[in-house]
Amino acid sequence: MPIAQGDLEKLLRDAFPDGEIRIEDLAGDGDHYRAKIVSSAFAGLGRVRQHQLVYAALKGRMGGELHALALETAAPS
Amino acid sequence: MTQETEAPLAHEFIAKTVADHPVVLFMKGTPEQPGCGFSAVVVQILDHMGVDFTGVNVLQSDALRQGVKSYSDWPTIPQLYVKGEFVGGCDIVREMFQNGELKTLLAEQGVLAA
Repeated sequence: MPIAQGDLEKLLRDAFPDGEIRIEDLAGDGDHYRAKIVSSAFAGLGRVRQHQLVYAALKGRMGGELHALALETAAPS
Repeated sequence: MTQETEAPLAHEFIAKTVADHPVVLFMKGTPEQPGCGFSAVVVQILDHMGVDFTGVNVLQSDALRQGVKSYSDWPTIPQLYVKGEFVGGCDIVREMFQNGELKTLLAEQGVLAA
């Protein structure tokens, strides 16, 4: 069950309003994305916590309708 | 059984597995025959580094497959544990391998052959 890139982007923008967000549809099938997010929300957090924040923003879609989302997260330097 | 009654059993199994084995990879398929590209990447990295690890195939049980996600609050498989601590999934393990952090972590934990 794919998710439209626009819907994915909206979920991430809502969760990280200050974020610099770049999304790529890797396979063109709406099911394999790569997202790079730079947000102050990640400051001081380990990578696992950073990715958990992103998964929380996706409200249960990750691992369900969204099979693959390669993540790169960072706090602004 | 409902998921509510199965989850504690699965969590108990996971807690015991990561306590009994220093490096555990919950994965789809087996280390010899990974059933998913993301699991295969982590197996390749661990093999490449010469790490002795225990692979647990989550596809053998739906309770385990769901339980491992709720145990770590992590929605995807594979999941790597070192000395009982959740290290990350495919992206994090790959990033840590590339920047050398994984080697440092495994060496510090004494699970990397010299």
